Amino acid sequence: MTVKFLAARRRNPAVAIALLLLALVVVGGAYSLASNAQPAVAAMGSQTQVEEGKKLYLEGCSSCHGLNAQGTKYGPTLIGVGAASVHFQVGTGRMPLAAPGAQAVAKPPAYNEDEVAKMAAYVATLAPGPAIPSAEQVDYADADVAKGGVLFRINCAQCHQAAGQGGALTQGKYAPSLMNATPTEIYEAMLTGPQNMPVFSDETLPVEEKKAIIAYVNELQQAPSPGGLALGRLGPVVEGLFLWTAVFAALIAAAVWIGIKAR
Amino acid sequence: MSTDKDLLPVDPHDEPGHLPIADIPHTPRVTDTDPKAARRAERQVASMFLLSMVFVVLFVVAFVTIDKSAVVYIPVLGVVGASQIALGFTFGMAILLIGTGAIQWAKKLMPDVEVVQERHSLASTPKEDEAAKDNYDRGKEESGFARYTIIRRTLIGALALFPIPLVIMLRDLWQTPPGENPAEILSTTAWRDGLRIVPDTGETTGEFLKGIRPEDIPVGGLVSALPVNIMEIQKAEHNLNARGKAAIILVRMDPGEIRSQQGEGWDYQGILAYSKICTHVGCPIALYEHRTHHLLCPCHQSTFDLADSGDVIFGPAARRMPQLPIGVDEEGFLVAKSDFQQPVGPSFWERG
Repeated sequence: MTVKFLAARRRNPAVAIALLLLALVVVGGAYSLASNAQPAVAAMGSQTQVEEGKKLYLEGCSSCHGLNAQGTKYGPTLIGVGAASVHFQVGTGRMPLAAPGAQAVAKPPAYNEDEVAKMAAYVATLAPGPAIPSAEQVDYADADVAKGGVLFRINCAQCHQAAGQGGALTQGKYAPSLMNATPTEIYEAMLTGPQNMPVFSDETLPVEEKKAIIAYVNELQQAPSPGGLALGRLGPVVEGLFLWTAVFAALIAAAVWIGIKAR
Repeated sequence: MSTDKDLLPVDPHDEPGHLPIADIPHTPRVTDTDPKAARRAERQVASMFLLSMVFVVLFVVAFVTIDKSAVVYIPVLGVVGASQIALGFTFGMAILLIGTGAIQWAKKLMPDVEVVQERHSLASTPKEDEAAKDNYDRGKEESGFARYTIIRRTLIGALALFPIPLVIMLRDLWQTPPGENPAEILSTTAWRDGLRIVPDTGETTGEFLKGIRPEDIPVGGLVSALPVNIMEIQKAEHNLNARGKAAIILVRMDPGEIRSQQGEGWDYQGILAYSKICTHVGCPIALYEHRTHHLLCPCHQSTFDLADSGDVIFGPAARRMPQLPIGVDEEGFLVAKSDFQQPVGPSFWERG
């Protein structure tokens, strides 16, 4: 009975819309679940940690980055990139790379926190490089959020967009959204310059200013969207485009419905 | 030639190409033939109106009970204000149900007959055409527009010249102190030989850092920077023009990757200084990709290659990004070695 009922109506245009909405809800829900994983801050490694990290490195990373991390034509050298780089790239799932492309994409991490810490400890022994920031370095509780907003607009908004929603770069590359970035990840990204992001050293952007930026990003992440769809928080142009396409389509559909003769 | 007959409506059935309405078969609706269906439609319309009332009640309830600052998570929409969503939804549904109910009523239950609504022919009558032509000819004759050749020609000349002052005034859009050439102002910035470069912290009053040492910028680094004396200048000038013109970015790359520069030795150990202002229409740019050395303007996607003299490699910009020659002073801080050698920002009149 139900099957018959469904079979009779599966060609109805409303079914396509309902399916599309359902798919959007499922994908959105799955994404928000997947992106909630929080990597922990790793302490500097002991000797055993370094050895185990090297083992993990040889298994998972050396095919592209070389047996001695010297780099190959498939991947850059890791000598001197520091523990912070490893923690950022592996902890956010960008490394290991799933497929070559314009840039590495964040995905559920392939290694657990412990393994990431081991690999970071190993890479840190190759040459001096930025360490994983301490809890004190990313503690933004007392930071000046307004100042962070000014610094964000000068240094970050050009790529990550004024509300931290991310944006397009050249030839398929993009600056990711910061909506799910943790304070440690933000600090590491500024310090190490992953992918095409430039480096913002502690000398030109001191720790206090980095904390202010993290506090501002945290503020953006917490900000609710009272009216519903934020549409990337891009402002009136995008909202206008949405009205002209989605809402006009709805109005036309309503006009067509009004004009159809009743059966 | 015109008669009153022309104004009378024509029988639509006589017009060529007109589809006679009587030829469209009239199919009665289900509600016309089946009294049960008619009652069902009646109940449907009435329940829409009833539901509208329910939504109005819900609106009032939501208005009174929901805390204005409460948020709720709704899939797809995200974290939204509970009160706003509830009020918008109930009010929207209340008015939507009145509308759909009324339309459903008209479509299902009100009389279903085809009617023809006549309308006038849109063309004016020959009589009206004649009157307009007479009017024009009389005006032409009485004004003597055709006769006074010199008046006609001078009037055309005056109207043609009149817009010129409007165009000339555009040249003074830039506030120019008396006696100063706007092209000169647009072509120079606050940068001078030996002037220290400081990171832009967004301060509009107060002090900057002392300066930037070359070792502060790692390879792949990016710094938005200004001249150290910019605060004094903008205090004296009471505007931000100097700050806007002097904004630069410092980037550092492996010296081996620099293919060319706008001047011999304008970098300092791989640190390059470029204007932050796009040469297309003047957007500030700092979208620097440190692996490709591309600088991308977010406004119109002009792309500059900072490893190759700041040349335009994509987009509408017509000029390369001006480079600032830099060095270090005796205390080891980065300084400018001169002003920009070409105007920063978009093109203007004298720049061609």
